[in-house]
Amino acid sequence: MSALLPPARRVWWKEPLDRVELAWILIAFAWSAILFFMMPYWHVFGKQNLSNEAYRISAEEFTKRTQTMVDKYTVRTETDEKIPVVHPPEGSDVYLIARLWQWWPLLELENGKSYRLHLSALDYQHGFSLQPSNINLQVVPGYEMVITVTPNQAGSYSIVCNEYCGIGHHKMVSRLYVK
Amino acid sequence: MNDSRNFRIDTPTGLQYHRDAELLIKANAFFGVVFLLIGGVLALLVSLTRWPSVHLLPADWFYLTLTAHGLDMLVFWIIFFEIAVLYFCSSTLLRCRLATPRIAWLGFALMLIGAVTTNVAIFRGDSSVMMTSYVPMGAHPSFYLGLILFAVGALIGCFVFLGTLVVAKNDKTYEGSLPLVTFGALTASIIAIFTIASGAIILIPTFLWSIGYIHQIDPLMYRTIWWAFGHSSQQINVAAHVSVWYAIAAIVFGAKPMSEKVSRTAFLLYIAFLQLASAHHLLSDPGLSSEWKIFNTSYFMYFAVLASMVHGLTVPGAIEVAQRKKGYTKGLYEWLRRAPWSNPVFSGMFISLIGFGFLGGISGVMMGTEQLNMIIHNTIYVPGHFHATVVIGTTLAFMSLTYFLIPSLFRREVWLPGVAKWQPYVFGFGMYAFALVMMGAGTLGVPRRHWDMSFAGTALPHEFPGSAYLMMGLVGISGVLAVIGGGMYILVTVGSLLFGRKVESSTFAQKGTPIPRAPVAATIGGHHGGAGFAAPGTFTLAIVFLVAFVLYYFINWKYLSTVWGIS
Repeated sequence: MSALLPPARRVWWKEPLDRVELAWILIAFAWSAILFFMMPYWHVFGKQNLSNEAYRISAEEFTKRTQTMVDKYTVRTETDEKIPVVHPPEGSDVYLIARLWQWWPLLELENGKSYRLHLSALDYQHGFSLQPSNINLQVVPGYEMVITVTPNQAGSYSIVCNEYCGIGHHKMVSRLYVK
Repeated sequence: MNDSRNFRIDTPTGLQYHRDAELLIKANAFFGVVFLLIGGVLALLVSLTRWPSVHLLPADWFYLTLTAHGLDMLVFWIIFFEIAVLYFCSSTLLRCRLATPRIAWLGFALMLIGAVTTNVAIFRGDSSVMMTSYVPMGAHPSFYLGLILFAVGALIGCFVFLGTLVVAKNDKTYEGSLPLVTFGALTASIIAIFTIASGAIILIPTFLWSIGYIHQIDPLMYRTIWWAFGHSSQQINVAAHVSVWYAIAAIVFGAKPMSEKVSRTAFLLYIAFLQLASAHHLLSDPGLSSEWKIFNTSYFMYFAVLASMVHGLTVPGAIEVAQRKKGYTKGLYEWLRRAPWSNPVFSGMFISLIGFGFLGGISGVMMGTEQLNMIIHNTIYVPGHFHATVVIGTTLAFMSLTYFLIPSLFRREVWLPGVAKWQPYVFGFGMYAFALVMMGAGTLGVPRRHWDMSFAGTALPHEFPGSAYLMMGLVGISGVLAVIGGGMYILVTVGSLLFGRKVESSTFAQKGTPIPRAPVAATIGGHHGGAGFAAPGTFTLAIVFLVAFVLYYFINWKYLSTVWGIS
């Protein structure tokens, strides 16, 4: 009977199904299997996967490590605030701090070379959004995420914060240079 | 109790309303609409602020408004209306009394007090933390307290619903299995109980943290458990609005489910797998393994997507079968062309179904794919997606149902039927455009929850391309259009209660009558369609959907393959 009334048969499991439904279920099931398969496939054959490398870390410790990198590899400063621009060697550990409302320091990487990028937040949660590539990652205080990045195009990139972090959220924007 | 007006039978529909249930349905639906009105005004302000050339509100008011808009719409409007749907699907459809009406009123009171408390907290200005209230960003304790009270009230509503099912079973008001629509509502209620429990597990400690009793809440733990509440509450909506689609197909066309077995199994898949999707929000987080992400984000092998794709076929399929039986058999689509497009109960439901599938469903799978999430996470694509699922899917379905409930439940003729006729089109297509251009802007990297995409006053601003500004301008325009459509709904519903002519077609009785035993009819009723299919037109529509899905899915992989190497 109608969907507002109990089914005609007492046990709904015994209601028959139409061929059109069966055909669609099989198609939808096959498509679901493909959707599922694509994720492990990309882990094996794709080049854009998040590593599972992450650590708990305190704000002080992350700041200390970032400062060590800045002290070693700063090549110049930019803006009135004299934010250091860091040019680390290929393959090295690169740290980027997210805090209210700034990314620190500025990074300068080389095209085609790989770096171990460490991301952590010192206070609230922030969102790492690399523009215009549109790569977006969650940055969580107390956790350090490590990913290996390989820039594939030279130019000036922006890092926008795309996790709401209070009244200065829309002012949290920075640069990243690829030479 | 010995009132001779205990039950009211609405003659045109034959529905039987228990007096207590009737009042509770009215009260819950009414306050749902009140919060929809508040949320709608806020929606206008948010749209006009994100429209770059208007940029209406200052930053603090924008973030405050956005916080209130999210909670008033996603939580208060929808859950109030859902409790009304639960009572309707149990007491009214099963023709029984509502269990423990006094406790149901207690639940209602808690929900109302909670919703008001949280709104007061937000509008005082010290709780602009967005709907998600991610720790360690803190809100005023009353912000969390209001949400907890609301959740407890809603939980009571769910148990009253379950109790009413027991009443119906004991009083033998129906035979055999529950009607499909009630079965779907039961699915929603089970999901709701899981959801609210998750909400309690995270919001109670967060409340204790906000008053200084607990020292620290781990932000990653918060995200994991909060989304078991935040995402699952959207799954209640899916189960509820799919039930409403089935109900409307039955109300407008007398359509019966193509197969009870298929539709119900799809609902069972929702119960088993839908909640895993809270992982969608954690795909770009540190500290969770890829195995965990893939298993959960895919609802284990996309079984919940499968279920939605099944409903997407069986709801219009049931309509097609009913229409073909009435003789609309020409070609593939006469049944659809000759559907009552000027009846907002139908048009709203159909616009809801198509938009939910094509815009909400497909974009949801994109965002929910582990790697593809990286090029979407936290961009304005995300609200683009959920406005397609929750607004086009849930809100529009509930609006359509309202046009049926105005005469049947509120006993008023629809006021301004001309406005009502156009309302689903203005609101629905406004929202289609809104969702689409938001997704477009998100693809260009525009962040969500962001006051100023021009980064004025910063030392190193990012310059979004002109196309992103164009998209955000269109977000503003289509947002205003959708708000007008929402305003038309408020005008018609509130106007009908105030000025609509009374419908006097009810009889009253002290005792209810059970659902009459239906004769065992031929279930599918022969093949009225072609190619051995009962619903060939629907099947071709489903194939169009699949082709769009496949193409868009692989376009996104193609785009992902061009960005930086990440490992």
